[in-house]
Amino acid sequence: FPGLADVSIPQDIPVEGEITVPVGSHSPDEDYSTLDEPVKDTIMRDLKAVGKKFVHVMYPRKSSALLRDWDLWGPLVLCVSLALMLQGGSADSKDDGGPQFAEVFVIIWFGAVVITLNSKLLGGTISFFQSLCVLGYCVMPLTVAMLVCRLVLLAGAGTVSFIVRLIVVGAMFAWSTLASTAFLADSQPPNRKALVVYPIFLFYFVISWMILTFTPQ
Amino acid sequence: MATADDLKFQEFDDAANLLAANPDATTISIDEPVEIPKNQQSRLQEPGREEDDELLGTDDSDKTELLAGQKKSAPFWTFDYYQTFFDVDTYQVLDRIKGSVFPVPGKNFVRLYIRSNPDLYGPFWICATLVFTIAVSGNLSNFFIHLGKPTYHYVPEFRKVSIAATTIYAYAWLVPLALWGFLMWRNTKVMNIVSYSFLEIVCVYGYSLFIYIPTAVLWIIPQRVVRWVLMVFSLCLSGSVLLMTFWPAVRDDNRRVAVATVATILLLHALLAVGCLAYFFDAPELNIPAPIIPAHNGTTVITKSH
Repeated sequence: FPGLADVSIPQDIPVEGEITVPVGSHSPDEDYSTLDEPVKDTIMRDLKAVGKKFVHVMYPRKSSALLRDWDLWGPLVLCVSLALMLQGGSADSKDDGGPQFAEVFVIIWFGAVVITLNSKLLGGTISFFQSLCVLGYCVMPLTVAMLVCRLVLLAGAGTVSFIVRLIVVGAMFAWSTLASTAFLADSQPPNRKALVVYPIFLFYFVISWMILTFTPQ
Repeated sequence: MATADDLKFQEFDDAANLLAANPDATTISIDEPVEIPKNQQSRLQEPGREEDDELLGTDDSDKTELLAGQKKSAPFWTFDYYQTFFDVDTYQVLDRIKGSVFPVPGKNFVRLYIRSNPDLYGPFWICATLVFTIAVSGNLSNFFIHLGKPTYHYVPEFRKVSIAATTIYAYAWLVPLALWGFLMWRNTKVMNIVSYSFLEIVCVYGYSLFIYIPTAVLWIIPQRVVRWVLMVFSLCLSGSVLLMTFWPAVRDDNRRVAVATVATILLLHALLAVGCLAYFFDAPELNIPAPIIPAHNGTTVITKSH
């Protein structure tokens, strides 16, 4: 073999090392198994992840945290609190009252599922649960608006309070729509963006309408 | 001997221009599996489309039939099958909406805009928008009509949303189903030149409902005359779209059957509009007298009027 003639290992460099794999008590399993950690750690980790996503919705920037590490805890908490706050709108059980708990729940979840299906059918590259996660988290400004509305209604139900509520709900509606569009827009095909954004607009508009028309008995 | 011109690179003409020069030439289209070239292809064809249709005649060319066959080839339990019904771009949806609002007399909506690419995006989201628009407008209009009355307590009337949804979605999907079944049945008896697929009928009905969205918003105005004028106007526009679509499909049939079919289509359309106006929008000049509310402990309380 002529090519190997000039390959030579220098005699003065020793080749040494260990070929045994340490199986000591360092337990590298610590990185993979969270079974032995205290319950507080587990809960705090998830809570921190949820909290971080709330912050991302408050200041919408192109971050992948909301998309990559999706979870549905935040949307569930927001949906339940919004549905609870929309209760008490009509003391009587007549059909003319505001939405019941189940109706709000169904509208939010069914609406989010339909919008996700719509964006996937139009050729979007986002996954199903990522989109649900984003749409659910972006309900947060509207939940804040509901809280503010209830507080304003405690003070009175006149024209001034209505104008204040209108401004607050309008601003939060715009914030929600812009936040979710900022997160979801990149995953859509470019010539169909408006087709995907419009249902999101309609979804948050319906929720805003439910919040604005809430009248306590 | 090859001249210098023969050796120069010749630009490939757009398919539309080549076809315009030689209408009888056989056309072969290679459908690429990648999505993006197809979109660009449709955009390239858009300016030449109008001439294409007139030159090739009213029957579908080989090209569109090939494409239609290739598009729906996925089995119905896969996601890709349903994706073929959402193969529309923003400008296409806007064009179809424009075509339903400004019907061109003599031009068929399906022929002009759908062209064997029926989509479910338009019908579904137009119906959803219409449901919420009618519910919200009805609520607002009732609020303005009864505002100032001392006994009036505002209620959001949320149950009406589900009623509106049931009505409008049933109209936009069951009536096309019935119409399609009827046309198929008549097709076995009388050979019609023009026949529509179920999705194309759903498309026409869905897009024809678009005019009711601004109409419902304008119905907030609490004047009876204004509301009826708006209703007649929108009924004429959307009715004409339906008429021009379905008249060619039934005109070869028995005269009475054809007229009855078209009359039923228009009647159902009018019924939907009138029903929505009557149910969701209270009459403007109604004076509701102060009711006597029986109190819980048996004594009656008469409400004071200011």
